[in-house]
Amino acid sequence: MRRSTARRVAPKTITYLVLGTLSFLILLPFAWMLLSSVKTNAQLFTIPVKWWVWPLHLDNYTQALSLIPFWSQLGNTIFLSVSTVIGTVLSCSFVAYGLARVDWPGRRPLFGLLIVTMLLPGIVTLVPTYVIFRDLGWVNTYLPLIVPTFLGTPFYIFLFRQFFLRVPESISEAARIDGASELRIYATIILPVSRPVIAAVSVLAFVQAWTDYLGPLIYLNKPSQWTLSLGLTAFLSKYSVQWNYMMAAAVVFTLPLIIVFFVGNKHFLRGISFNTDVG
Amino acid sequence: MITRTPGTKRPPGSRARRTPGPETSSTGSTRDLGRPHFRRSPSPRRRLTLRRRRILWGLLFVSPWLIGTLGLVLYPMALSLYYSFTNYDIVGPSQFVGFSNYQLLLNDPEFRQALGNTFYLVVVMVPLSLLASLAYALLLNLPVYGQRTFRTVLYLPQMVPTVASAILWIWVLNPKFGLVNTVLGWFHILGPLWLSSITWSKPAIVLMNIWGIGGAAIIFLAGLQGISPALVDAARVDGANLWHRFRHVTLPALSPLILFNAVIGILAAMQYFTQAFVMGGGDTGDTSIGIGNSLQFAVVYLYEVAFADLRVGYASAMGWVLFMIMLIFVAVLLKVSIRWVHYEGWRQQ
Repeated sequence: MRRSTARRVAPKTITYLVLGTLSFLILLPFAWMLLSSVKTNAQLFTIPVKWWVWPLHLDNYTQALSLIPFWSQLGNTIFLSVSTVIGTVLSCSFVAYGLARVDWPGRRPLFGLLIVTMLLPGIVTLVPTYVIFRDLGWVNTYLPLIVPTFLGTPFYIFLFRQFFLRVPESISEAARIDGASELRIYATIILPVSRPVIAAVSVLAFVQAWTDYLGPLIYLNKPSQWTLSLGLTAFLSKYSVQWNYMMAAAVVFTLPLIIVFFVGNKHFLRGISFNTDVG
Repeated sequence: MITRTPGTKRPPGSRARRTPGPETSSTGSTRDLGRPHFRRSPSPRRRLTLRRRRILWGLLFVSPWLIGTLGLVLYPMALSLYYSFTNYDIVGPSQFVGFSNYQLLLNDPEFRQALGNTFYLVVVMVPLSLLASLAYALLLNLPVYGQRTFRTVLYLPQMVPTVASAILWIWVLNPKFGLVNTVLGWFHILGPLWLSSITWSKPAIVLMNIWGIGGAAIIFLAGLQGISPALVDAARVDGANLWHRFRHVTLPALSPLILFNAVIGILAAMQYFTQAFVMGGGDTGDTSIGIGNSLQFAVVYLYEVAFADLRVGYASAMGWVLFMIMLIFVAVLLKVSIRWVHYEGWRQQ
């Protein structure tokens, strides 16, 4: 009896111990970032390392934010990210409807093409795409970063399609018999029941746009247009010894994504499915 | 909603929709059968218009993406192939130079170094990340309290913007005052110089990326939770121990996802850019990326050639060479995968 309890308990304890240790290790860099952001620079460079200091130097935040033109860059980043989410959700759900809910001969071959383009590496098109946008006069505008999002992104189209396939066909059929057009079925029937996948794609697209570095690096050369990704790297090359400011700026840059994650988390996993099990 | 009374004329569109198409069920066809002039009824033409209408709807819906694919994928690819045979440099006129860009590339020591560094990521980082994420997903799939919290913690590093994580890790990896060597110090291990050492800078990149395996692990976890418990129970009843259940039930069921994560991982490793560029000081105009150019990866070099030197032709050739290498990697992986990937559990649509 005692033996069997021990045998049942011991693996459990080990599991918790391992999971606890790993979680602790994952969280340590976050703690490091936060703790470093409230120290003076002198307190950062001590041996042995001082983990906790008092008082907290919260003025690092105001200092850091005034050294980068933070608010304008935050505005640019929000503008780009929100535009990306709008463009992505509209275009990808629209295209996915054509691939999942309209019964026409093109949908199968085009789905194949979608998978192929999903795996196509972006580096082949990076340089010529720049030349194309330059010829259009779009360099130093946000257009090269926003317009493509309105033309669909293969992976998000894929996610929408997988979700749409699970919506019973009878709903659409009933609406069709009532004389509703496909556009109307898309807008008034399919989209409203697709909240989980809209949430998931919104989070993913927002995070991607918020984080993007290469795109803004290539297309936005005027500091007034910079996003936080560019602003932070510029800050790094200028004040590379001010790690307290750097960490404060990194915290402020990261925080919105953490918030988006916790808000969207609920729907997140429900909206993503890779298999097409119906029911 | 249009309310209809019997006898009133319906709009032509709705009538056409009511006639059975080639694939729809037999609703309404009984009425047609009762008609005396059944053979002369215009239904074949209407059927065509219905089919045609469906095609038009389908085309309308996919048109944004088709335009995008043509204009922003296929056309640029063709353009880049063309550029790769020229000496185009954005400012001046371009000349056809044949294969000389490709020949130059073969003998470019910096490209070779960048390629070697990139292969390091493919050979070391991709398998390690796969193993780590798979192990973590298995661990998280155990019936533990707080599973959701552990999962959230695991995914959290994914929410750190790439540039912020690069900056954070420069500081975390600081040899003297950084977190990693402080923690190693608890165990009386003298940590290496990480980014300041040619031998340790790439392991540092690998370590940072292991911190961010949450994305792959979540995909594995979704796959694990899709495995039917009945299958596992059946194996248990048959006397399979933990290892056998893993080897013959779990692993085969996960194999498509392992392949998926491996492909995604290789493509990402081959195109590794932002963190290396920021951590190696690429934006400061430094000629060396990382100490001794040890963080010079293929796409970082491509960026420099294209956007600092404006050698579009050369950069395009490089893009195509990298693309071909990726194709070979993925083709080999797919070929090998036929032997170990099982799709049985995945219902075909």
